[in-house]
Order: sequence, then structure tokens, then C-alpha cells
Amino acid sequence: MDIYAIPVIGIIVQFLGYLVEHIPSSGPSIVAVATPLGFGALCGVVCERSGVVNIGIEGTMLTAAFTGWVGSIAAVSILGAGTPGPLGITPALLVGLVAAILSAVAISLLHAWLSISLRVDQIISGTIINILAFGVTGYLNNVIAAQSPTSAGTFQKIVAPQGLTDLPIIGWLIESLVSQGPITISLLVSVVVLQLLLFRSRWGLRTRAVGEHPKAAETVGIDVIRLRYRNVLIAGVFAGLGGAWLSMEVTGSFQAGMTAGRGFIALAAMIVGRWTPLGAFGAALFFALFMVLGDLIGPNGISPPVGDLGVIVKAIPSQLFSALPYLATIVVLAGLIGRSAPPAADGRPYEREATT
Amino acid sequence: MTGPLAFLRRRRSGAAQGGTQLRTTIVLPVVAVLLSILIGSVFVYAAAWIKDGKIVNPAQPVAAYWALIQGSLLSFDAIVTTLVFTSPLVFGGLAVALGFKAGLFNIGVLGQLLMGVLASVAVGVALAGQPVIIAAPLAFVAGTLAGALMGWIPGYLKAATGAHEVVTTIMLNYIAADILAAMVAGPLRVPRAQAPITYDVGHAALPIFLGKTGHVGLIVAVIAAVFVWWLLYRTTIGFEIRTAGINPDAARYAGMRPRRIIPLTMAMSGGLAGMAGAGELLGVVHSTQTSYATTVGFDAIAVALLARSNPLAVLPAAFLFGAMRAGAGPMQVVAKTPRELVDVLQGVILIVLVALPVVARALGGRGARAVPVEAQTITASYAGETVSS
Repeated sequence: MDIYAIPVIGIIVQFLGYLVEHIPSSGPSIVAVATPLGFGALCGVVCERSGVVNIGIEGTMLTAAFTGWVGSIAAVSILGAGTPGPLGITPALLVGLVAAILSAVAISLLHAWLSISLRVDQIISGTIINILAFGVTGYLNNVIAAQSPTSAGTFQKIVAPQGLTDLPIIGWLIESLVSQGPITISLLVSVVVLQLLLFRSRWGLRTRAVGEHPKAAETVGIDVIRLRYRNVLIAGVFAGLGGAWLSMEVTGSFQAGMTAGRGFIALAAMIVGRWTPLGAFGAALFFALFMVLGDLIGPNGISPPVGDLGVIVKAIPSQLFSALPYLATIVVLAGLIGRSAPPAADGRPYEREATT
Repeated sequence: MTGPLAFLRRRRSGAAQGGTQLRTTIVLPVVAVLLSILIGSVFVYAAAWIKDGKIVNPAQPVAAYWALIQGSLLSFDAIVTTLVFTSPLVFGGLAVALGFKAGLFNIGVLGQLLMGVLASVAVGVALAGQPVIIAAPLAFVAGTLAGALMGWIPGYLKAATGAHEVVTTIMLNYIAADILAAMVAGPLRVPRAQAPITYDVGHAALPIFLGKTGHVGLIVAVIAAVFVWWLLYRTTIGFEIRTAGINPDAARYAGMRPRRIIPLTMAMSGGLAGMAGAGELLGVVHSTQTSYATTVGFDAIAVALLARSNPLAVLPAAFLFGAMRAGAGPMQVVAKTPRELVDVLQGVILIVLVALPVVARALGGRGARAVPVEAQTITASYAGETVSS
């Protein structure tokens, strides 16, 4: 069949139809894949709402993924594998989770020290963190992987009650949100809680004040430096969970550079979501859709489309489908950014005026 | 102080502080390298401890560093190897430095390099039977242009829509890797080859003039450094680039157009990164598989920061990291220390480089800024300040 004889509008309709048909069944994997993007974006929201740009999310998540994996395999070799409790939780995995979060907070502390105290340019600081994280994890991974350690396995998914998932129309939504591992569930909880805290609590008001107009915040008695430190460290917890998902909920292993740009897609999700937790999570879901789409629609995919759409998909080299989420990020960022304004003091180091 | 022409004042006061200049351009990098060697030793011990459960050889770091130096500097062949590793770092370092000068952060050197690899292998294979004098330059130029196009895209997007290059260039890195894979597995693939691989570029390969591996790309790299310096400091467009980098408001006030300068600078920056790819493909590997592994993307940022985005200082900075990359292989073989130690050293050098001057100043010294002043423009445009006019 001649590929140029296919009408464009017909194809778009077919594609939309394909999405409507397949998104419900892929819902759980889309939400799961959105987890590191969502946590990365929450990390970005908390940092930038208080006026600190964090380009180092990628490196922070990579470090957390690594230490989570190392912590869990070390615990396995000392404590033994243990019997998995509910959700596949074992002592080893808990040790790994704690290690992941602590290391992410430590990296965040480095970023906070560089950018808040030393007032090093924040984009340079974040970039250096990315380079350092890539180097250190790659080096140590090389050494540790040579010992062929026993994996601690992964967290397991909740099985949603069949009565709920069989409900018409909303059944797939419930399954998507509930049939998840503990880290993904904690993202869903974090998004809602953070949205409330940021816009309905004293901490949220202070955080936004510090991000919009730190001098005014200081005049009403808010310690700008301290609040920024605290928020960057809290944000580190989110990045830590995002990294932990990579090495302990989806794979149970670590590969060098396994974040694969997710920290930057997370930044884009934060921007597209206008620096709100809910919006950022929505954008993360959108980018996750494109990550899943390649595995679904591609020539080697789970359910390749039929008809004219199938002809077009077969004509595209399979390697290009893995470029989809990155392409979608650029397109959305270029299309939306003019209408999305960051906090006014974002990226500006705060210098207390001399009192003497 | 913050008026539109404040950048002029900053220059004048900078020239008066000759001592500080010397300290930041020479002493600071040396201290950073020495400290990284010290901290790197900890990682060498860590590797030994993980492997054997105890530290067998207390002199292990010395052995590792000695192997690294021996493999990169202590013989004619080693020096040539170092120069071959240096060449792409010069191009890449210049690409990042040129971007910095315009207040742009090109983290997309990797993607632009991969496009340079792709275009130069495509043209090189097509011209493989032609005379060297025609084939090699054309293939090299093709790689340069492909890199320039790949750099122009985020530049255009920033000028037209405000999408920040820190995100878009990274995304393009991954997209470039996928495009290269698709092309090598598709149209460029040698039929019936076991794994997808391209043909050899034949006569399009860059001639060797030094030792066994020293290709003509080394000379092009030096010329490129001088050219970028000349462009930045001796031409009108260079003045516009530097003004846009230090103070976009002043540039606009003076009738310059950042909207035009941003895509142009990014295209030139991408072209330099494309040269890195073309030089590697045509000068070293001569054909490629679906994935092209390289560390030049990150190394280029380190080189530009170490050189404080001075095009001529890029040469020694690139030589330093080139020597590390050249010595990393021998170090792994001789001293059994993983070659990724160089990545660790690089990260530590960068941290020390940005943190040390500020710490020194806090302790009462007269340290100066380590990061390029133009970084403020990068961050300001990330945080929503408009670039259009």
C-alpha cells in the first residue's frame, strides 16, 4: 500500500481511537512510569517555590537509585533475604529505601550549601551535581557489580479488589491508581498532601513568600536562608523516593545512568504544571503516556495498531519510538512556556543586608 | 551598579585586579586538581575494600595514578594518544564556552556530536572511493553542519518560545542517540552484517600526521580555538555575543538583537560539537555501530568551566582531561582501578572549582568568582526573564 495515499485526518482520528482503546488497559503502567517523573517534579516544585532552581534532580535521583540498590543488597548479605511481608516489603528493601532517601537528602544538602550559602550559580551547581553523581555511581557500580551481589528483589503491587476494578467506566481508573507498589502510592499521597500544604498551610504561605519576594518575607520575620535550606532538604526526600522507584520497585537492579533524563523531564513537568503539585503530576502522567506508548504501539510493541495507522507505524524505525517522551517534552515546553510564569525570586541567591 | 552599562564598569575593575586574575586562572585550577587527586584516593581505597574486604596495598592510589600518568604522558605514543583524546574535548569545550559567553548553557554537546558522527559517516561512506583531499573535508564539513543544525534547534526554540536550553538540549541528546541508532540499523547498515554497523569511511578518513594515531583533527582543533577567540574578542558579532551574555538588557539597549544572537550562537556552538563528532569518526573509529559511546558530552562542560570559558584556556583544560581519559584505560589494566575513576575526579574538580573561591573569601582571602559571570544570565532566563525584544 502506498503510504502517501493515506489521508492525514483519518490517521489522527485512528490514533485518537487507538489511545481511547488502549489507555485504560495501560493505565497502571502509565501511573507507575510517571512515578520518578512525578517525584522529580515535586522536588522541583518545593525547591523553586522557595526560590532555588534545582537542575540536579537527575543526579539526586540517580544517587538515590544507586544507594537504594547498594543498601538493599548489603542488607541482604548481612540479614539474609527474609520473607516478604505485604507489598513485598522485606527488611533489606526498607534499609535500601532509607539509604536512598538519606543519600538524596545529603546531595540536596550539597546543592543547598553551594547555592544558598556559597551563592554559587544554581544552574552550575545543579549541573556539577549531575556530573558528580554520574561519575561516583558509575565508578562504584563497576566495582560492586563485579562481585555479582544477590538482588533484594522489588516491592510488590497492591492487588485492587476485583469488585472495584470491574466497575464500568471508572473501574480502570481505580485499578490504575490502586494496583501499584508502595512508592507509587506514596507519590499519589504526596501530591495531594503537598498541594494542600503549599496553598493552605502556614509553611506553604511562607515558602511561596520566600520564593516570590524574600526581602518582604524577611521583614515579617521569616528566616529566608533557613526556610530555603529546609525546603531543599525536604525536596531531596521526594527525589530520593523517585530514585528508589527505579532500583527497588520496577527493576531490583542498578545500571549506570539509569535515570536517562527523567530528572529533566520532571523539570519540564514542573514547568508545564505551573509549579503546582497537582499540575506537575498531571504533566508527569502525560509524559509517562509517551514513555509507555513506544512499548505499546511500536513495531515490536504489545498491541501494534492495524489498518492505515499500522502501515505508518511500521514505516517508522523502531528506535525512534524511544525518542517519543523526549520529543513530547520539547514540543510541550516550547508550546506552553510563554504562559507559565515561575516564582519571581527563582534562581536568585538571597543575601541578607548588612546590619552594621 | 545594576544599570544597563554596568558590564563596562565590571570589565574595567577586573583589569585592575591583575593578581586576582592570575590566582583564579592558574592557582585555582591547580589546587582543584590536587584536591581531586587526594579525594580520588579515597575512592581507590573504597574499590579495593569492596573487592577484597580489606586494603591489601596501602600504596594502591599511587599505583593507580602512576599508571594513569604513564599511560598518558610518559612515552611518545602515550602523548599522541592523549592528544587524540584531547581533540574532541577542545571542540566540545569550545562549544560550551562559546555558549557561556552568550549566556547560554549548551548541555547538548553530546547530541550535536552524535549528529556530527552520523552526518560524517553518511557522507564519508558515500565518498569513500574519492580522493582524500575531496572526501575528508566534505565529510568533516557535513558533520559540522549537522551539529550546527542540532544546536540551532534549541537556540531557535529559546528565542522564539522561551523554552530553556537546559531542558531542551538534554532531550535532544536522547533524541540524537535514537536517530543515530535508527540510521545505522536502517539505511547506513552494511547488508548481512551480524550486528548493525556502517561501512568504513575509506578515503574520507582524516590523514595521520603524528605517530600512529595523531590525525589532522588535532590541528583543526587548535585552529578552532584561535578562531573562537578571534571571533569573540576581535569581531562585532563577538562583541554582541559577549554583551548579550553579560547583560542582555544592555545589549538590547545598545540596539543589538538577542533574538538573533541566541540561535546564531547555539548553531556555532553546535557546529563545534559536530566537529568533535566528525573528528572522532573520521580520525579515530572510521565507522559506527548503533550506539556511539562517548564521555565528551559531560567532559566538555568540565573543560569549559575549568577554562573559565576562555577559548584559549580551553586548550590546556582539554589537555588535562584528555590525558585523564587516555590514561584511564592503562590504569584499569595495570592497577585494576576502574576507568570511571576519571569521572569521579572530574566531578570533584568541578565542586572544588566553584566552592573553593567562595570558601577562601569567607575565610578572609581575596578569592574571585569561579563560575562564568554569564551564568547569571543563564539562570535568569531559566527563571522566566524574557529573552525576546
